[in-house]
Amino acid sequence: MKGFLRLFVRNRAAVAGAIILLGVLAMAILAPILYPEDPWDMVAEPYLAPGANPDYALGTDMMGRDLAAGIFHGARVSLLIGLVATSVALLLGVTIGALSGYYGGHVDRALMRLTELFQTIPAFLFAIVLVAIFEPSVATIVLAIGVVSWPPVARLTRGEFLGLRSREFVLACEAMGMSDVRIILRHCLPNAAAPIIVTGSLMVATAILTEAGLAFLGLGDPNVMSWGTIIGAGREVLRSAWYVCTLPGIAILLTVLAINLVGEGLNDALNPRLRNR
Amino acid sequence: MRDGAFASSVPCAGAAVGFVGSTCYTRPVLRIARLLVRRFLRAIPIVLGIAVFNFLLLQLAPGDAVDVLVGEAGGATPEYVAELRTRFGLDQPVPVQLGRYLVNVATLDLGYSFRHNMPVASLILSRLPATLLLMAGAIGMAFAAGVLLGVTAARHVRRPLDAVVSVVALLAYATPVFWIGLMLILLFSVHLQWLPSGGMLTVGADLAAWDLMLDVLRHMVLPTVTLALFYLALYTRLMRASMLEVYGQDYVTTARAKGAGESRVAFHHVLRNALLPMVTMLGLQVGSLLGGSVLVETVFGWPGLGRLAFEAVFQRDHNLLLGILLLSSVLVVVANIVVDLLYARLDPRIELA
Repeated sequence: MKGFLRLFVRNRAAVAGAIILLGVLAMAILAPILYPEDPWDMVAEPYLAPGANPDYALGTDMMGRDLAAGIFHGARVSLLIGLVATSVALLLGVTIGALSGYYGGHVDRALMRLTELFQTIPAFLFAIVLVAIFEPSVATIVLAIGVVSWPPVARLTRGEFLGLRSREFVLACEAMGMSDVRIILRHCLPNAAAPIIVTGSLMVATAILTEAGLAFLGLGDPNVMSWGTIIGAGREVLRSAWYVCTLPGIAILLTVLAINLVGEGLNDALNPRLRNR
Repeated sequence: MRDGAFASSVPCAGAAVGFVGSTCYTRPVLRIARLLVRRFLRAIPIVLGIAVFNFLLLQLAPGDAVDVLVGEAGGATPEYVAELRTRFGLDQPVPVQLGRYLVNVATLDLGYSFRHNMPVASLILSRLPATLLLMAGAIGMAFAAGVLLGVTAARHVRRPLDAVVSVVALLAYATPVFWIGLMLILLFSVHLQWLPSGGMLTVGADLAAWDLMLDVLRHMVLPTVTLALFYLALYTRLMRASMLEVYGQDYVTTARAKGAGESRVAFHHVLRNALLPMVTMLGLQVGSLLGGSVLVETVFGWPGLGRLAFEAVFQRDHNLLLGILLLSSVLVVVANIVVDLLYARLDPRIELA
């Protein structure tokens, strides 16, 4: 763990990413304390430019909603959906990939056909269809993003398991009469964890972008404030109030950038052999 | 690129060693044709699977075609609704409906869009060219600029120019596509007023051939750049990594030892081989480009498939939406076959696996 931290800290870009990410996390945690009112409420006159009124530092939108409150609450939604959707994708992908790589044969062929099928359907379009058919809510958005993003995880996990399957320690476990579930969970999975963690961390960024895109198209949960929703609504007043679209976009950009930097830092620290690529 | 003639000097895989030299050389044309047939056979179950999957989604969607029809008409008697269901075969058991759906899909009958008053298939085909134009422009721009930037970064690795290119790529990689579109509109259409902010043609201009093309090109600039930016970042990073990997190979050292200049090494020896992973990436990106074009077309009012999907969501036209998903998936399958062929042509070592 210490060695890992030392490797991670050596990557300055990853540290910068981690600091930005902690900032976004702080925004998400502090949102209900700093802005206890509903971010959808009209609190001031509409079209306040940023800095015009110190009480609403980032200005207000066309309905007089506080943009700062929207952006703080949006951080909660983006991080939550990004993390939970990635967990769903990891759960699906790791399960399918592990079964496929461990058992091989017919199981592998069937599961890889399924993976190929899901990989062929254009992901974002698929997510739109799922959310549109099952009505937008945090749950359907999370599930839709999870369902469209598991195939790469499955392929990765399968590859790792294929390599581990014939290693001596796995054969030894088998010879000892250990159950398959136990071998997969306790012995194979920990050895395949590093690349899965790296892929998972980068997937959070993609999930946040997907959520923002869905919300921008009007497929966000109507009950929560999301960065994409603010941009989608602010689009109508792009000419007169540029900041309504611009500011949440910068929030998305910084968050996704930070996660990518951290993910690459993890990759360098966990796979030292590839560091100089 | 290596030419096709080179392929003929490579023995085909699986040949017994003793036969190499006389019998077992596959002619390139034959090799490509065999690959094509194999890839088509492999694609059939996938397309079939996607069609079945589409049908299941359609079953899960609330309301069927008759509900939509009755909703459009503003209500109907229960007897009439039942009669309509019988006429559309919606009272049949699900497996029968599935069979009928698959036959329809095979004959390119994707149902009827009551909102647009047009068959779904012809509606999609009428919108497809605009999307293909946008996608081709974006991927072409991203590929060309990505190769250029990637090569530049690799030739100046760990120097300031490399750092600048890498930071730009990192930023472009993290930017939401719809947001950068809006920002470009703000800059180039609202403030500078250089380029139109949306649409594909100047409405009511009624231009002749040459002016029409220029007009479309002017409308294309912003959406194409917007869609290209993310892939530009992707290709730049990939090209840089790929170049650096090839730079480390022995034959590059040989070329340098023979006295080849740095430019010749970069463009003649390294670039050609570093391009191979880029071609693979091209095939993988088609599906994601289609998704991106939904956002870009919505931002710029580009009259393509993506905008049609966006409209279908809000008109609750599930039949149309699923038709778009199905045809997009088929497009991905076709694109993958094309990339495989391209790859087999570029790299004769790739066999008919």
